[in-house]
Amino acid sequence: MLSSRMALRRLQRIAVAPLSFTSGATTKVLRDMSTLPRVYVTRQIPPEGLKILQDSGQVQFELWDSDDVPVPRKELLQKVKGVDGLLCVLTEKIDAELLDAAGSNLKVVSTMSVGFDHLSLEELKKSRGIRVGYTPEVLTDAVAELTVALLLATSRRLIEATHEAKTGGWGTWRTLWLCGYELANSTVGILGLGRIGVAIAERLAPFKVKKFIYTDVAPRPELAKAINAEYVTLDELAKQSDFLSICCALTPETKEICNKNLFSKMKNTSIFINTSSHIRGGVVNQEDLYEALSTGQIAGAGLDVTVPEPLPTTHPLFTLKNCVILPHIASASYSTRNAMSALAANNLLLGLRSQPMIKELKL
Amino acid sequence: MKAVRGLMKVFITRRIPQEGTEILSGATGVCEVSQWDSDEPVPRAELLKGVQGAHGLLCLLSDKIDAEVLDAAGPNLKVISTMSVGFDHLALDEIKKRGIRVGYTPDVLTDATAELTVALLLATARRLPEGVEEVKNGGWSSWKPLWLCGYGLSGSTVGVIGLGRIGMAIAQRLLPFGVKRLLYAGRTAKAHAAEVNGEFVPLDTLVSESDFVVVSCSLTPETQGLCDKAFFSKMKKTAVFINSSRGAVVNQEDLYEALNSGQIAAAGLDVTTPEPLPTNHPLLTLKNCVVLPHIGSATYSTRGVMSALTVQNLLGGLQGLDMPSELRL
Repeated sequence: MLSSRMALRRLQRIAVAPLSFTSGATTKVLRDMSTLPRVYVTRQIPPEGLKILQDSGQVQFELWDSDDVPVPRKELLQKVKGVDGLLCVLTEKIDAELLDAAGSNLKVVSTMSVGFDHLSLEELKKSRGIRVGYTPEVLTDAVAELTVALLLATSRRLIEATHEAKTGGWGTWRTLWLCGYELANSTVGILGLGRIGVAIAERLAPFKVKKFIYTDVAPRPELAKAINAEYVTLDELAKQSDFLSICCALTPETKEICNKNLFSKMKNTSIFINTSSHIRGGVVNQEDLYEALSTGQIAGAGLDVTVPEPLPTTHPLFTLKNCVILPHIASASYSTRNAMSALAANNLLLGLRSQPMIKELKL
Repeated sequence: MKAVRGLMKVFITRRIPQEGTEILSGATGVCEVSQWDSDEPVPRAELLKGVQGAHGLLCLLSDKIDAEVLDAAGPNLKVISTMSVGFDHLALDEIKKRGIRVGYTPDVLTDATAELTVALLLATARRLPEGVEEVKNGGWSSWKPLWLCGYGLSGSTVGVIGLGRIGMAIAQRLLPFGVKRLLYAGRTAKAHAAEVNGEFVPLDTLVSESDFVVVSCSLTPETQGLCDKAFFSKMKKTAVFINSSRGAVVNQEDLYEALNSGQIAAAGLDVTTPEPLPTNHPLLTLKNCVVLPHIGSATYSTRGVMSALTVQNLLGGLQGLDMPSELRL
């Protein structure tokens, strides 16, 4: 997988580098700030992105200076009036109302996210001609790492174990207490073999996994070759996998593909992991998953994505010891969030210069 | 315990995984088995009664096998087989004096232990227990750019203290996460370190340059209390400390200080002093400290292999043959 990893490293270097906007012989020209394009940034994004905006000398920007509280709608509608560029996160709905409030200067919307469910693509495309930047791919490493972390936490029962250590369940040594399932000599199945699926497999291989298998809408020979994975049907994937990792995008075909039918074919010693990106619904039928876990049809499950998010604390899945649920933190590493911040800032600046963005969303 | 004439007597101090039981049931021509058939430890009085006249004893690390037990057993006792790699529960001087052989279970748990160490490292670095807690207590609300951010392995420097079999296995598992440098420290450089591009460095260098410090050495007089105030003061503020070797290598008070003051970012421990760690121990109050109850080898397959090996050691000793894993006394 060397060429793909090199491509990712290259993207990461480009995406986070401050752009140089030298024009001719003059380098740092101190322009009259009031003529610079105006930008509104809807959150206190991680420092690398802010630094890029500040150091560029190309924009004047205003910031909703909170990391954890989203900008209130009224404030947002007020602040976007007349802006040339908008840098947002996925808590802001960029819809007709907002675009109307912004007005006709708005050329670029740059979101610090991979998902774009919060963007009304129809409105953006319609005669407004607004360009959109987003931040895919720089998070592959972080997501693959978190997926493996979640898999191991589930298979080796880490959450149960930390709980026992805190609450007095830890007594004298017992032969089968808190035993889990090993990766050594196992079969790992991947549903949806893309960049992230490959990155996950690469990280699992040295644990002495015996075999990788995958399913997808069609075989992916190049990706599969990198990890020595065999293409199988969905049924076979369910039957053979000791560990099943869901990595597919949500499409009409994959909506709730992980359901009663799938779980009934899985081994009762198997571990099910879902960190796939999801929008407007999910790849997993959560009621069926609850049934499968509570009846021992499968051994355990780890989820980083749920429907809805956040999952209400009364949800039945929380009552299960063999279900680990995380609050969608797959990309939550300092370096990755800074890389996303920097990429969003660079996309914005490039868009304002009418230049190609590093990662532009085709509308 | 009344023995059938000719058969040797064996006492087993616990219910053991079936892989071992199956082998025993095939050995009915060799020995007659008496067993404390429970998942809980055999009470002392029962142990002293059960071992009387035994030729072989199969025990766990929770059974103290000292002079009192050996006296209660009597002169028939020829072999003690423990289902563990550690043997500090065995009074080796007394055992050697009486010419008794000892079997134990090294090596077969390398994969499970390395796997657990990496699981612990990832859970600590990516803050999984905190995440699970936030989800359950309603702390999960809308998306925030830096909420629950952790430290990734990509581009990092990992330092392994003690690059033995388990240390190597840990290093091999960490490499594909994008580790940039793999440092190790110990008494001597290791030839096999080349397989993981390991750089042999002084301990101080490892401690000050690593983003992840993993302790994987054996407990000796030199390593006892190795990880103390001075050690933690040299680490990066963003570094993560992981110990799955022996609790006594770490000064727990100093670790608490380092974590509480932000001198280091986080720690993950699978071993403590004592075990179990009392539930009111300060380390258990820290969000950035993950404590596991010594589950390094806790997988069904590994415990099954350990069980089988322990029985094979026992049968070898009973019959005066080679044992697959004999402890040299």
